[in-house]
Amino acid sequence: MKSGTYASTVSQSARALGLSLASVIAVAATPAFAQDTASAPAAAETAAAAGGYTPMTPTPGVGMPVAEGIGLQQQYSKIGEYGAWIHNGVLMPIITLICILVLLLLIVVAVRYNRRSNPVASKTSHNTLIEVIWTLVPVLILIGIAVPSIDLIAKQYKPAPKGALTIKVTGNQWFWTYGYPDNGDFEVVSNMLNPVTGPTINNGIRKVGSEPWDGPSHLEVDNRMVVPAGEPIRLQITASDVIHSFAVPSLWFKLDAVPGRINEKVLLIEKPGVYYGQCSELCGAKHGYMPIAVEALPRDKYDAWVMTHPGAKIDNPNAAAGSETDYLPGEEPAGAAPAADASAAPAAAEAE
Amino acid sequence: MATTAEQFQGHAEDHGHDHDHKPAFFARWFMSTNHKDIGTMYLIFAILAGVIGGAVSGIMRAELMEPGIQYLGFFSKLVGDDPSNFNATLHMWNVLITAHGLIMVFFMVMPAIIGGFGNWFVPIMIGAPDMAFPRMNNISFWLTVAGFCSLMLSAFVPGGTGMGAGTGWTVYAPLSTTGSPGPAVDFGIFALHLAGAGSIMGAINFITTIFNMRAPGMTMHKMPLFVWSVLVTAFLLLLSLPVLAAAITMLLTDRNFGTTFFDPAGGGDPVLYQHLFWFFGHPEVYIMILPGFGIISQIISTFSKKPVFGYLGMAYAMVAIGVVGFIVWAHHMYSTGLSVNTKMYFTAATMVIAVPTGIKIFSWIATMWGGSIEFKSPMIWAIGFIFLFTVGGVTGVVLANGGVDDVMHDTYYVVAHFHYVLSLGAVTALFAGFYYWFPKMSGKMHSELLAHVHFWVFFVGVNMIFFPMHFLGLQGMPRRYPDYAEAYAYWNHFATVGYMIMAASLGIWFLNIIYAFVAGRKAEDNYWGEGATTLEWTLTSPPPYHQFETLPVIEETAHH
Repeated sequence: MKSGTYASTVSQSARALGLSLASVIAVAATPAFAQDTASAPAAAETAAAAGGYTPMTPTPGVGMPVAEGIGLQQQYSKIGEYGAWIHNGVLMPIITLICILVLLLLIVVAVRYNRRSNPVASKTSHNTLIEVIWTLVPVLILIGIAVPSIDLIAKQYKPAPKGALTIKVTGNQWFWTYGYPDNGDFEVVSNMLNPVTGPTINNGIRKVGSEPWDGPSHLEVDNRMVVPAGEPIRLQITASDVIHSFAVPSLWFKLDAVPGRINEKVLLIEKPGVYYGQCSELCGAKHGYMPIAVEALPRDKYDAWVMTHPGAKIDNPNAAAGSETDYLPGEEPAGAAPAADASAAPAAAEAE
Repeated sequence: MATTAEQFQGHAEDHGHDHDHKPAFFARWFMSTNHKDIGTMYLIFAILAGVIGGAVSGIMRAELMEPGIQYLGFFSKLVGDDPSNFNATLHMWNVLITAHGLIMVFFMVMPAIIGGFGNWFVPIMIGAPDMAFPRMNNISFWLTVAGFCSLMLSAFVPGGTGMGAGTGWTVYAPLSTTGSPGPAVDFGIFALHLAGAGSIMGAINFITTIFNMRAPGMTMHKMPLFVWSVLVTAFLLLLSLPVLAAAITMLLTDRNFGTTFFDPAGGGDPVLYQHLFWFFGHPEVYIMILPGFGIISQIISTFSKKPVFGYLGMAYAMVAIGVVGFIVWAHHMYSTGLSVNTKMYFTAATMVIAVPTGIKIFSWIATMWGGSIEFKSPMIWAIGFIFLFTVGGVTGVVLANGGVDDVMHDTYYVVAHFHYVLSLGAVTALFAGFYYWFPKMSGKMHSELLAHVHFWVFFVGVNMIFFPMHFLGLQGMPRRYPDYAEAYAYWNHFATVGYMIMAASLGIWFLNIIYAFVAGRKAEDNYWGEGATTLEWTLTSPPPYHQFETLPVIEETAHH
């Protein structure tokens, strides 16, 4: 393959490895907000200014896998940066060292204690001290891993602030629907765009690449899930038929869509951009063909997108930035929980 | 194990012609009550099933070599799907992944490692003439065969979108209930019932045999570690398989008799199925690997010419792995919406398993330390096992973290992890055991050269297949996908090339078996020499049809 692409991949993963801790701190200090419109082309800017909406053109390599990549995708949420730091900064060094240690010991044993170097075998079969050491040292290492790991779980389960925007995600065979109960309860149906070659996957849907803003084949959809960037969003995830899983690797987000139950989790995307994911629970024939495309826009552009839907209204964005008080499922805006009966218990558990 | 066995066994009488009183062909192989014959049948069956399961993965790797759908249509047409129905073609992919998983778990690894090597060597190693319940041993085997036939049949009947059961080996509801009309999934469930019943009976047989039929002086703490490993495995089978049987019976009634155990519309819960399945499913992965641990312990000790280091620690580490293995199941379900406390508990509990596993790895190395190692073929495979299992084990520690798993769950990282512990761990242990015991079972020596070449080609091949899957998983490629974005093409192509190399290594293996039967020299009683001290080395190769008609006595001073 092209050496240029390869080099950039390597440097990217090296950067992810080295800078992840620093970036966690840096990002924590600066609320990463709107100004960074990195990828939106001039055409889209004009359209947005006029109150309309043009889909954002994704930046190659952002929010999607990179060719020949060997590491985690670049992360665009605080949780993701923390998780990537645990993986790249804590787990990877530890497991690499353990593998090297075992390999070295095997090589030493093979060289020093083969039949020629050591014709007479010792009869040693016990050594209490060393057995205690190789039991206790792994325990200490595991405790070292568990501390940030448990902390990450605690952070992921922090509930959304009271006024946070709620978006309802429903998995279907084989497409996603996104409901916007706070914005007048319109619904977006999201199908994968057909690949350029091969049989038609979704009848009546255009081919990928027929619009200038289309992202990679197999990942791009006709209608993206549009969300505001820089504010916590309450995702409520369910399914209409079998189990699906809503997953976006670059946002460190994966939660199953289970029929009869609503799973809830907070999503906070730092930068505007398009972030791709794919269904991650086997759901039948076209499991491989129901990708997820999340388009994060600055608040004003998000509002403009909302208003392109009939019957839409702007929710109150200021509430989102407000208090961090725990909410209860009963306090949610009306219309947010259709399959409510079966979901109440798990939702409450999620909110703990 | 120093014994006085030699003067007691059939060896001396064996010079006469067929003093064994072997039954005629049909009675011997179809109504068998002999643990060695049943073990042989299990091994042959496992090889046949493994060839089919391996061929299925070959189709999968071919399909994944490039983006797009290339080969599924052909195989879908083969089982009777309408070629113009693209969804049926895609359904074929799910049938393949389901078949590959079920065949390799239930009809390759388990029959080979427990039914095959367990049946052959547990009675001999404890100085018993046979298993406790020889007729139950026979029905265990034939139920497994019947289960396999049921699974094969399922591919040729409708399973919803297309022919065959396309639910994944986990058979999650509601995809396996309302999501898959037609008889295919019923056939699949029936296959699991039959194989499960066979395994439960096998487990009862092993537990009874090991507890009651040890030769005089063979105390629990003198048993070879392979026997310990099979004992722990038998308990795992006995306690976990009934839970699977219950879960899939509920699937069956949900599918056919209108119950709603897993249907929220009737008050059921799809996630309940996952809890039940993984309560079985997690011990199941230890069922596949623990006997491998036992085989590796025997081999390392034999070729280092040293007793196993920390014997008691090794035995009780397996017991600990077995016990803890029952309380970590929900780490397979981190993305289902567990509560925060549940997720934290399962994270911590899962990481605990790394401790006894670490004890085993270090004890194997300590066994070799100070030894006088001979690098015969089983030893090469065993050393390969230690390294590959370590690689698979450490990625398990990564996946144990519930928060980190959020990005890896259901991606190729998981596929890489469990193939490193199973395909490269359990299967490597199987090959190690095969080369260790094949001359004992057949009476013919294999070629050491071919066995070494087999190892190195296999080692390169499997690492090329599965190591890049870590990269694909970290980059976010979901598992169970027949088609993928262009960015994933490079490493998928690489893995398929690795598959071809691995397949070539299996050709070398078959060649070696043919060589052994055609030109292999006759195996002596103890062809591995002074390091091999367990009871099977006191018998002829192959052992007499009935061994230990007078029980061997294990001396007090005996070493493990």
